[in-house]
Amino acid sequence: MAERVGVYVCHCGSNIAGMVDVEEVARWAGANLKDVVVARDYKFMCSSLGQAMIEEDIKKEKLTRVVVGACSPHLHEKTFRRACQNAGMNPYLCQMTNLREHVSWVSVDRKLATEKAKALVSASVERVKRQAPLEPMYVKVNPATLVIGGGIAGLQATLELADAGYHVYLVEREPSIGGHMAQFDKTFPTLDCSACILTPKMSEVGQHENVTLLTYAEVEEVSGSVGNFKVKIRKKARSVIYQKCTGCGICSEKCPRKVVDDVFEAGMGTRKAIYTPFPQAVPRVPVIDRASCIWFERQKCGACKKLCPTDAIDFDQQDEVIEVEVGNIIAATGWKMFDCKRIPQYGYGRLANVYTSLEFERLCNAAGPTGGKIVLRDGKTEPKEVAIIHCVGSRDVKYNEHCSAICCMAALKFGHLVLEKTQAKVYSFYIDMRTNQKGYEEFYQRLLEEGMVFVRGKVAEVTDAARKPSEQGKLIVQFEDTLLGKQQRIPVDMVILMGALEPQADAKEFGLKLGISCSMAGWYTERHPKLDPVATMTDGVFVAGACQGAKDIPASVAQGAAAAARVQGMITKGKVMIEPIVASIDEESCSGCRICNTMCPYNAIEFDPEKEVSRVITALCKGCGTCVASCPAGVITGAHFNNDQIFAEIEGILWDAAASPHGNGSAAAKPQPTAASL
Amino acid sequence: MSEPFEPKIVGFLCNWCSYRAADLAGSARIKHAPNVRIIRVMCSGRVDPTFVLKALALGADGVMVAGCHPGECHYLEQNYKAMRRFHMLKHALQAMGVDDQRVRLVWASAAEGQQLADAIDQLVEDVRRLGPLNWPANWQEDAQRLKALEKIAHEHAEAMEVLS
Repeated sequence: MAERVGVYVCHCGSNIAGMVDVEEVARWAGANLKDVVVARDYKFMCSSLGQAMIEEDIKKEKLTRVVVGACSPHLHEKTFRRACQNAGMNPYLCQMTNLREHVSWVSVDRKLATEKAKALVSASVERVKRQAPLEPMYVKVNPATLVIGGGIAGLQATLELADAGYHVYLVEREPSIGGHMAQFDKTFPTLDCSACILTPKMSEVGQHENVTLLTYAEVEEVSGSVGNFKVKIRKKARSVIYQKCTGCGICSEKCPRKVVDDVFEAGMGTRKAIYTPFPQAVPRVPVIDRASCIWFERQKCGACKKLCPTDAIDFDQQDEVIEVEVGNIIAATGWKMFDCKRIPQYGYGRLANVYTSLEFERLCNAAGPTGGKIVLRDGKTEPKEVAIIHCVGSRDVKYNEHCSAICCMAALKFGHLVLEKTQAKVYSFYIDMRTNQKGYEEFYQRLLEEGMVFVRGKVAEVTDAARKPSEQGKLIVQFEDTLLGKQQRIPVDMVILMGALEPQADAKEFGLKLGISCSMAGWYTERHPKLDPVATMTDGVFVAGACQGAKDIPASVAQGAAAAARVQGMITKGKVMIEPIVASIDEESCSGCRICNTMCPYNAIEFDPEKEVSRVITALCKGCGTCVASCPAGVITGAHFNNDQIFAEIEGILWDAAASPHGNGSAAAKPQPTAASL
Repeated sequence: MSEPFEPKIVGFLCNWCSYRAADLAGSARIKHAPNVRIIRVMCSGRVDPTFVLKALALGADGVMVAGCHPGECHYLEQNYKAMRRFHMLKHALQAMGVDDQRVRLVWASAAEGQQLADAIDQLVEDVRRLGPLNWPANWQEDAQRLKALEKIAHEHAEAMEVLS
């Protein structure tokens, strides 16, 4: 029986009608396209009246297929599928044609635009006739969640979920949670003590009955899909028995091996070979850094083992790989600091008193290596002049194009701390001041009043080569003041480089494990930059914090909470709909060549050695269709995108071409290439 | 010719990056040539080379296949598979006498509306310069040519180590 197709062409006000003769398209479709029984145009098809019109036609005209020529399916496909469903039609028998984004909005010639619109409508009509009713699939959602990264974004997400009564596995690669925020002294613009607002959250997570805290651990492998992920986590050997340790700290105190702490102290301070990164670390259980421990070097010392009151030291401990099952994953893997040595003219690593912003955070931190005293590398001299250079490695095509979002405010904070703690004069070298959140501009005004000197211009060089006696023994900042249009030099004692926030070095590689993609720069890509900033293209995987893009603490907290809210929504629903766009293999005809097996990156195709055929594991299939295109026998079908449908679409879209079987083409003989001819 | 030649080009765009780039070109009102008619597929990896051949056989003058940038595929790595097939397809097309400028593989992320529009304009311009393909109408003639080629191969089978 022939299908009965309804074609609906939307004016979208004048958005489509302004460039496409929509009345003509509808008239033409009704008159020329086979099996079209109704063709209408309407001012706003997505309005309730427009939808009602479609629903009524489905019932009255007994339509079996619907084509809506309107905007992008990414905008309104759901709307029209629902309308069809309301009228008793399977939603997958409705096809959208993109006449707005792909035609009217990009065209300048009304005649050509109308021709293109006709071709697209014709393609949809040919395709929709071959579409099959599909039933959405549902899978149960495991209420446990995996949070990766124990920085402030991850902590917020963890607490939101745990407080709501759901179990959370929190994985952190360092020995303690806290992330970068634990390194800071003050937070802008309110100047709250960072530790005072962070550590209560850390201990809450550490003690929460719904949280399994896995520090000094890394996610190794993720399999499964939304609702039911299986995650392999490597717990690196701490060399300390977690259950026995009381966190008394005697081991660290007595350990004779001191090393420079490159991670938490940013190279500004030292730690022992057995250590917790900082006094408020959660958990309090230390780890032995085997690379620097004397015992692991030459089986001597063992002071920690001898002195531990609870016998918690275990030199023979091995890495342990555990597997957990979760329904959703939140990636909050954070950022890393730009390597300021990459800009040699700023002298970092060569000139002692050039600091990175992280180093300076430690320097002015009351719990830091100098007890919060702002002094030069010699440990005693207070600087008389301090230069802060913005955008080091940010907003620079040579390094990172993005703005690191936090540096202007952090520089203001540093300026304030220097002015408060020392008698020094502070210069800020900025390109643009960006203080665009609540309370930020006010903080900028405050610093202007406090006497911080702002110089608009990029610094060319920081050097110790003096030209004048007044520059002797100083660091000279050479810059162009772009407001004065003048090259100038200022001698200072200390230079702080506001290094860029960069994606973690292994972000791309780790993204592959989670099945999420990165931007060119390496930030994780959210599902939609404005309307869906925490979900990703992989269902059940969410992102929060600076792994998605450079952002400050308030934004990270907001995103962490938002990700948790999304996960809670999934858990409360209990089941999740999966689009039935999956592949299937006709086992009768499968030759068992196994070419498709290697095509699937999700291992969704298994081989049955007994029957010698391949089979699709529907729950794992994401519907890309690559296996469909690869099957030499053509026995794999990609639902909703099968060969029949796509060939029909190609025929329809070329209705006006020479060889089309549909249109006004010539009667030229048209032998067609087949798969075999390849 | 009284009317200028307007090439008919079929575009196979992946759902996640390039189709969205085309959507973005629309939302940003980036005008481009109306000659590329877009078919949405879930992934550039879904594009069976026969789709391209079918389009050309039905009278298309060119084909564009577009996907996410390498390393950014929504399905992890399927665009690499599209790339491999595309190279094979180009060889096949050359053997069949189709100028390989007529088919093009393009990467466009969802943020690259401008780049996609530029790529469309470029392809349209190139195909316009090459003129109509008229593949099916030339089929007869091509078949003759193919026969002549086969004949040559037969004649020199021994020298060319072609097994009959």
